[in-house]
Amino acid sequence: MPDSLRRTWALSRKEFYQIVRDPSSILVAFVLPLILIFIFGYGLNLDTARMRIGLVVLDQSTEASRLASAFAGSPFIDLVPLDRASDAARAITAGAVRGFVVIQSDFSARLKRGDTAAVQVVTDGSDPNMAAFVSAYVQGVWAHWLDVRDAELGLPAQAGIAIEPRFWYNPAAISRFFLVPGSIVLIMTVIGALLTSLVVAREWERGTMEALLSTPITRREFLLSKLIPYYLLGMASMSVCWIASVTLLGMPFRGSLWALWGVTTLYLAVALGGGLLVSSVLRNQFNAAQAALNIAFLPAVMLSGFVFEISSMPAPVRAVTYLFPARYFVSSMQTLFLAGNVPRILLVNCLYLFAAAAVLIGATAYFTKRRLD
Amino acid sequence: MDAVAIRLESLVRRFGDVTALEGITADFARGRITGLVGPDGAGKTTLLRLIAGLLAPSGGQLRVEGLDPTVEGDALRVRVGYMPQKFGLYEDLSVQENLNLYADLRGVLGPAREQRLARLLDFTDLTRFTSRRAGDLSGGMKQKLGLACALLGEPNVLLLDEPSVGVDPISRRELWRIVRELAAGGMTVLWSTSYLDEAELCDRVLLLQDGQLRFAGPPGELTARLEGRVVQIRAGGSHRKLLQRALRIPGVIDGVIQGQAIRLVLRDRISVPELSSLAADAGAHVLSVKPRFEDAFIDLLGGGPGGESSIARLMPQVAPGPFDEAVIRASELSKRFGNFVAADQISFAVRRGEVFGLLGPNGAGKSTTFKMLCGLLTPSAGRAAVLGIDLKSSASRARQQLGYMAQKFSLYGNLSVAQNLDFFSGVYGLKGRARTTKIAEMVAAFDLQRYLPDSSETLPLGFKQRLALACAIMHEPAVLFLDEPTSGVDPVTRREFWTHINGVVEKGVTVMVTTHFMDEAEYCDRLALVYRGQVIAAGTPDALKSQVANERQPEPSMEDAFIELVHRHDREAAHA
Repeated sequence: MPDSLRRTWALSRKEFYQIVRDPSSILVAFVLPLILIFIFGYGLNLDTARMRIGLVVLDQSTEASRLASAFAGSPFIDLVPLDRASDAARAITAGAVRGFVVIQSDFSARLKRGDTAAVQVVTDGSDPNMAAFVSAYVQGVWAHWLDVRDAELGLPAQAGIAIEPRFWYNPAAISRFFLVPGSIVLIMTVIGALLTSLVVAREWERGTMEALLSTPITRREFLLSKLIPYYLLGMASMSVCWIASVTLLGMPFRGSLWALWGVTTLYLAVALGGGLLVSSVLRNQFNAAQAALNIAFLPAVMLSGFVFEISSMPAPVRAVTYLFPARYFVSSMQTLFLAGNVPRILLVNCLYLFAAAAVLIGATAYFTKRRLD
Repeated sequence: MDAVAIRLESLVRRFGDVTALEGITADFARGRITGLVGPDGAGKTTLLRLIAGLLAPSGGQLRVEGLDPTVEGDALRVRVGYMPQKFGLYEDLSVQENLNLYADLRGVLGPAREQRLARLLDFTDLTRFTSRRAGDLSGGMKQKLGLACALLGEPNVLLLDEPSVGVDPISRRELWRIVRELAAGGMTVLWSTSYLDEAELCDRVLLLQDGQLRFAGPPGELTARLEGRVVQIRAGGSHRKLLQRALRIPGVIDGVIQGQAIRLVLRDRISVPELSSLAADAGAHVLSVKPRFEDAFIDLLGGGPGGESSIARLMPQVAPGPFDEAVIRASELSKRFGNFVAADQISFAVRRGEVFGLLGPNGAGKSTTFKMLCGLLTPSAGRAAVLGIDLKSSASRARQQLGYMAQKFSLYGNLSVAQNLDFFSGVYGLKGRARTTKIAEMVAAFDLQRYLPDSSETLPLGFKQRLALACAIMHEPAVLFLDEPTSGVDPVTRREFWTHINGVVEKGVTVMVTTHFMDEAEYCDRLALVYRGQVIAAGTPDALKSQVANERQPEPSMEDAFIELVHRHDREAAHA
């Protein structure tokens, strides 16, 4: 065996021993993924169930009562009949309803005249997300009611189009299906960046670096011996995540495993490069972990599109998301799980990840000094 | 082959504005052991790192085995074995795994590998411990493992940075035996040390001070300069007081307590009349004795710190109080950690103005007892009181009265020296002008001025200890707890510490100290020998020594007494 290969192997083996003997790395690589997957898979759910909405009917006409029963019949709404608008205001303040609908007294009269009929929708703006749902549901019921009424009266459909939404790739619009690929990204970030941010700094802090530097090892051997074990750990963890997602959570996986392997390899290279870079520059475990948390982990949570939709962010923030590799990995993972091998998306993502990995590992090599000063 | 293995020519190394090495010119002969001695911060570690190619010189020439470490590092590293000061091996790997790693890194392969590993294990007596994790080894075994790893590549040059710090006397002797054999085989050895009895064992010595080479040559040459200038006074009574008086005599530049006598170094080879009268007062004579390297070392550095403590001058006299007979009292103190009994019914009382020492091997329960007495650990049973204040019920009131210096450096490493002083003065409630004055006094007394802006983590060990002591006494405590205050510090700083301790005791401060230096035990008024959680003997140093005196050993040293008392206890325990 050539010298260089033997030294790399010897150092990698040492790193493996340290990983295996340190319960925290095993926890992070194998237990944390399962916990996260179950939290995102079962615990956290962004789908909305039935909502309590108040209804105040001030018009005694049949038209109004038919609209009221349309609301009552909606599968998304738990209707709370109320007598006066002031009662409704109290109910919303008390949190008893998420919003309320008032059918004004001139409702049927205006409808007959062909005017814009007055239906007031009040929502609880303290939770804007919920408020948007309330307004959308109410509008949906209203639109449907109008269609049915027009059909009964023999009138042509208003716009001539009936909208029937269909969600491709995730027909039931189950939030778990896009949260789980995102949570795998989080796990890879933790293993790649947080664990490795500690490893070089640890050698400096414990004084083992000084002894290592006095042996014939080269910079490349040293870096490889840090990259290889953590890459393998990351891959092992990815396998656990994949198996758990597909078997336990019933996630679809429409891409190929080869593509998954390729993208994961690239992302791990980015994350490992980042972790090792902060570790080599800061040479202090605490500082390095803090830095990795801020430049890798938090962006992976907030700016990757994993939970928070990138397209709904303000333009400057949206521009910033392009800087963080996690974004590209989230998009690749969601594509692979839900859509399949889409070369146009995957190739662009891979290209970026490759460039980022090259820059970060190159910088780490630059900052890895063969001397103490 | 060239007889010179390492050649330094006007070697300079600077760190920012600080010059760590200032134009060192020296040659190191092949197959010799060269001792690198000097006080802390003298530049010993920097020099070794330069030779190992771990640092680049700022100026001058350096050739190791004919190679330039900066340019030909790869070729050099194969020929140099380096053992850093800090244990550089992996504590979570076993002895065998560490050895395998270094064998692979250094390219020790094939049949030679097994043979060499077996030989080194045998050499270092670690064969029985190959499967033990390095972190679980004792200090001495760790150092031997470090040495074995540095030796794996069969280097031509061996660099050892303070290999014997924290190593028990028996392991130290073994390390020397190993290194001697290696040098006899043609290896060039550089051994940096702050133990001066070790310097005497080297073939040649390089003495550094403040980055400058003060002496290069055989240790005997330096020692010979002091012929006729070293004397002993053998007397009974308090050696500490006698020493303090002797050190005040002009013409006496250094002094230590040595067994039943005090040992003094004189400035000139003439007799000092004050000394003779001092001896006469004590009913003894002044005897001329053979100089040691330590005497010469202190002489070269301009003498010891003298008998006056700059700190003691600043401390107020502690007024007598109702607890003078038992300023510190331990009553049947016990501490259990799970099933392990760390301290077992320990009782003693320390009088006001007394230096009380806790002596014992590592893990004997010294630190546990110590921590219970200053309120850092709650006893499982028994009572600990300082100045009559029970530490269990009112620890914080007691702590205002006591100063504590921890064994490990426990100041804030990231804060500068000035910030640490500022912080601790605030913690102890010093305010306004009093605070500024106190800090200025401490800076002056401990010579900390030039280090004020540096982060305290980067200070040389001796200065760390000084800073720690400064922080412990800023609030002028009546009781001082010092846990291994002189572990690893150089002889000049050790003397300085004891001068301060002796000085503050004169002011009525009560001092409790733990130490593993047997000669330091002689400075204590009374001692308690702690072994396996129990006090197995207590009394004055002389009383302890006389307990073990017999015909074969009429005048045992403190070390002899210590070993004998421990053995006796073991024998009794075996009988019981």
